[in-house]
Amino acid sequence: MKTTIPVGPYHPLIEEPELFRVVVEGERVVDIDWRTSFMHRGIEKIAESKTYDQVTFLVERICGICSTSHPLAFCNAVEDLAGVEIPPRAKYIRSIVAELERIHSHLLWLGLAGHYIGYHTIWMWAWKYRELVCDLFERISGNRQSYAMMKPGGVRQDILPSEYPGILSALDTLEPKLNMFIGAVLDDPVILARLKGVGKLSREDAMKRCTVGPVARSAGVDIDIRRDYPYAAYPFVEWKVITQTDGDVLAMAVVRLLEMLEAVKIIRQCVDRIPEGPIVTEIPEVPVGEGIGVEEAPRGECFHYIRSNGTNIPYRLKVRAPTYANLPSFRSRFIGERVADIMIVLASIDPCYCCTNRAVRLEEGSSIRMLDEKSLLEMSWQRTRELDGNADHRLRSLLEL
Amino acid sequence: MPGEAVKDTVMNVDPVEALQAHLGGGVIDVFERSAARTYVGIHTSVVKDAAAFMFNELGARLIILTALETRSGMEILYHFSFDRLSRLVTLRALVPMPEPQIDSITPVIDGAEYIEREIRDLFGVTFIGHPNPVRFLLADDWPDCVYPYRKEYRGQYPYRTEEELQQVREQMRRKGTK
Repeated sequence: MKTTIPVGPYHPLIEEPELFRVVVEGERVVDIDWRTSFMHRGIEKIAESKTYDQVTFLVERICGICSTSHPLAFCNAVEDLAGVEIPPRAKYIRSIVAELERIHSHLLWLGLAGHYIGYHTIWMWAWKYRELVCDLFERISGNRQSYAMMKPGGVRQDILPSEYPGILSALDTLEPKLNMFIGAVLDDPVILARLKGVGKLSREDAMKRCTVGPVARSAGVDIDIRRDYPYAAYPFVEWKVITQTDGDVLAMAVVRLLEMLEAVKIIRQCVDRIPEGPIVTEIPEVPVGEGIGVEEAPRGECFHYIRSNGTNIPYRLKVRAPTYANLPSFRSRFIGERVADIMIVLASIDPCYCCTNRAVRLEEGSSIRMLDEKSLLEMSWQRTRELDGNADHRLRSLLEL
Repeated sequence: MPGEAVKDTVMNVDPVEALQAHLGGGVIDVFERSAARTYVGIHTSVVKDAAAFMFNELGARLIILTALETRSGMEILYHFSFDRLSRLVTLRALVPMPEPQIDSITPVIDGAEYIEREIRDLFGVTFIGHPNPVRFLLADDWPDCVYPYRKEYRGQYPYRTEEELQQVREQMRRKGTK
């Protein structure tokens, strides 16, 4: 018998409004559909009444976690439209800020993923070390979140030479901890049993559904905007694109963990090589025309399109956040999964909508049962506990597969 | 195409030239803004063919669709990315107003399903042949034929009196919408 479980309209895990209609048969999921925009803020429409400088701040409010990726993509679009080249120092500062943000966003995800599968130690540790990055942001920009560092034509604030040692020492503290996380996640038989083979996305499906970012890379699609459409200081430093082939939740975790180490590498090189000079180029006027800006946010490609009619206000701004491209991949990834794994598969793409959390309603026949966040988490943790009892056995059977 | 493998970006072909050769008279103009940004104007009738060619033959990735209301009509932009070539190619189709209609590309590219539904909600563009043309972004009780992202829309939510709200709730209950 088929049963429809609405997950939402308030997202049960990342605390955001989102409605998934999950159709299950017994324990297994057979279909999924989603609806969103219960808190649509019409930012594209608002942008049509604000000046380019104001829109930079407006788009920063799209996301509270990756709050520099939208302004950066928007600035890239304005610079593409106006045809300006930003000063080298601004490029390096942009890269430093974007990579620090990648570290804190991935740590946040790692902590939440640990929480969802009942590994509270990972949660506490990941968020503890995320504090280091947030403190660093406070020292650099004055804010732990929404740093307001970007500006069309450059950056708003300089990173002073006196701040370099602080950045480097924070990275020195962070790097061994990241290595510890990698070891902790990859060596734990229960985590492997919980994540390996769950929510699999094939390379074909990843390309067919046009996924981006860590989701695509975990399935073996080798795309990274930082390399493919070079911006900021990425062409001037050495780093590599992390890809995996399995496309399951474990592969996504591995991609994000290894990306953090790459980010540490990029920041170290940027701090080492950052040139002296101005941090902003004046954009004399925005011509009539159109511009496209892309940026690799922690969750994937962030896309901004601007149409200008020659005034100081954009005629149209189109924003495509990475989660928008990644969500349709659920169709491929959910089919055949257990209800207890819904949590971690939903969380695996690191979805990002906006904020609030409520209840989930589970319908069985005519009776209506309420399942709130706590019960969903309990289901997920229960599964981890079940596995824990015979974790070695599970691991062995997995390895045989 | 069902059963057919999805292609990686084809490396040794210039995508815009290949598209021109494939569409022939379907291409109206080509504007190469920079090495990485090309805009190709195409006739509305060849949109599906062009999208299929870009996606299946040339191995492009669909980034997103943009709808844009101008004085001459509704522009639908299809942003494609050739990641390995570092090129963004945007197809531009101009759809006449006031009742814009265009072929859906969802049958060809799965990734376009939600954005086409979104544009249908916000701009009132009908995508012919869309497999699942139902509301995606707007609320169930949003009035028909009010398109919030069109230029004429003045940002007024259709506020209702308590009685009207009661009627809407009653309607929704009868429809069985939660």
